[in-house]
Amino acid sequence: MTRRLSAASLLPSLVAVALVAFPAVAGKFYLQLSSGIMIMAIFAMSLNLLVGCTGLVSLGHAAFFGVGAYALLLLSPQYAPASLWLTLPAAVGAAALAALAIGLLVLRSSGVYFIMATLAFAQMFFYYANGAKWLGGSDGAYIFAKPDAALFSVAPFKLADNTHFYYVALALMAATYGLLRLLLRAPFGRVLEGIRVNEQRMRSLGFATFRYKLVSFVIAGGLAGLAGYLDAAQFGFVNPELFGWRQSGTVLMMVILGGAGAVHGPILGAVALVLLQEVLADATRHWLLPMGLFIILAVLALPGGLAGLRPPRAMRRRPEARRV
Amino acid sequence: MSSSQAVLFFFIQALNGVQLGLLLFLVASGLTLIFGIMGVINLAHGSFYMLGAYLAFSFAEISGSLWLAILIAVPLTVLLGLALEFLLFRFLYARDHLYQVLLTYGLILVFEELRSLLFGDDVHGVAVPDFLNFSIPLTDTLSYPVYRLFLSAVCLAVAGGLYLLIQRTRLGMTIRAGAVNREMVQSLGIDIGLLYRIVFALGVALAAFAGMIAAPVASVFPGMGNQILIISFVIVVIGGIGSIKGAFLGSLLIGLADTFGQVYAPETAGMTVYMLMAAVLLWRPAGLFGRART
Repeated sequence: MTRRLSAASLLPSLVAVALVAFPAVAGKFYLQLSSGIMIMAIFAMSLNLLVGCTGLVSLGHAAFFGVGAYALLLLSPQYAPASLWLTLPAAVGAAALAALAIGLLVLRSSGVYFIMATLAFAQMFFYYANGAKWLGGSDGAYIFAKPDAALFSVAPFKLADNTHFYYVALALMAATYGLLRLLLRAPFGRVLEGIRVNEQRMRSLGFATFRYKLVSFVIAGGLAGLAGYLDAAQFGFVNPELFGWRQSGTVLMMVILGGAGAVHGPILGAVALVLLQEVLADATRHWLLPMGLFIILAVLALPGGLAGLRPPRAMRRRPEARRV
Repeated sequence: MSSSQAVLFFFIQALNGVQLGLLLFLVASGLTLIFGIMGVINLAHGSFYMLGAYLAFSFAEISGSLWLAILIAVPLTVLLGLALEFLLFRFLYARDHLYQVLLTYGLILVFEELRSLLFGDDVHGVAVPDFLNFSIPLTDTLSYPVYRLFLSAVCLAVAGGLYLLIQRTRLGMTIRAGAVNREMVQSLGIDIGLLYRIVFALGVALAAFAGMIAAPVASVFPGMGNQILIISFVIVVIGGIGSIKGAFLGSLLIGLADTFGQVYAPETAGMTVYMLMAAVLLWRPAGLFGRART
């Protein structure tokens, strides 16, 4: 499989260079905004593993995002920073564990039951956090110090520094992207694909589809926890809305807007939706109205998402390179 | 609290639970019908409940009578249902659930913002109609408001009417047939598009009507639609999708569980219904009366 050098094959490298060079030209506001976008991109990619790859439409993915964020809150001492190297894996682990518990229940259902059940379980987390005083209740809680990256008293980077945070978010987004691509190219990903197309057939081929779906659900939950952790670290604040259905709906919108299926699709969706939010929220207090209309129109007009908008013929990649 | 008073207290809570359950049934039955027959998952169903409450509130402010308000508002919501079906929902029948979820999610945002623009973000109350505005004294300290009893009776009557409509009329027969096999119904020469439009408008009107009659006891506030939507989802998951009987039993179960949860275990009250749902999913993944389907 030889690759010809063309504009399309150069595009990923160009994007990578631009992303790495971005802090050199961007101010504080744009650095923070892009860090936020990358965090949402991780979140959206994690959901895409379920929606686009396995065919499981979850409307409660914010549950794991929230667990990751609240894990940082609980593991942080009141006014001192917590260790990044301890709290990050712990938050991801906690989210994955929550996904395991919920997955065991919701994966027993399918289709529209699955949608409703995932939404309801996320709502359970929401109501719990809303009423729990030790989690800050409905007001939420502040995390006063960003996690400390010191390892054996040497700090390779500081999360409090916007540029450093940007690179950490970029690295984790790239890692998530790489991990998902690897997973989907491996036989595991092929099985998920098979389940999405026809679960019955995969079962009759002898695959224990429930287990595959559960593993997919747990990985997606863990990655969503990672995004939630980063979100809490960036803003230094958590509240029950992180579990809310609006959060789940927004991230689902990112996945579909980007075009469910392609691994990079959710990144495009995250960029588009966060920027749109930013612009609309600047223009009007009632920005959810144009946002809602936009979503409705997008569903009616764009069945394939942004990634489904095909590039002009000359830039289109050849079929064998189009594998996920 | 003496033991007889404790029994009475329990009795009152049971009445409250049944009343809540019956109210939830009006919303959940529409949701389950729309899904069972049209195959559309409608997240905006809670918004219709909210819309009903706000319509009742504003018309009652103007006209001074809740009854008049309901009389005007119900036909309006039927029209809205017909319009929404024609403009949006009929494009969703052939689409994946994913897109149905998204479009109706967008619709929630639109309804919420329109509500905020038109009515503001304050909590409003609707007065209980005068001739129902009294309580039945049970003991020296405990009494039960008549409006709640009235509410339960109305909901029961509507549920009964729905049962008769679906089991005993020609329209109901076609609705049931449409739920089982839409191609067959269509090839028998029945206008399935019209059937869908009727079912959708019926569901919208039921949810909105629930919002209207609940307004005096539940008050009118932003976010009320989403609250009821998610509870209705739980009911539909418990009862089995497309099953009116399941929705009825599920509603009563959830109404009672939620009410007793608030009273006897207030710390975890928000979670009671979800635990119930988890238990049902473990025991019968397709709901109490559901057939396994996607």
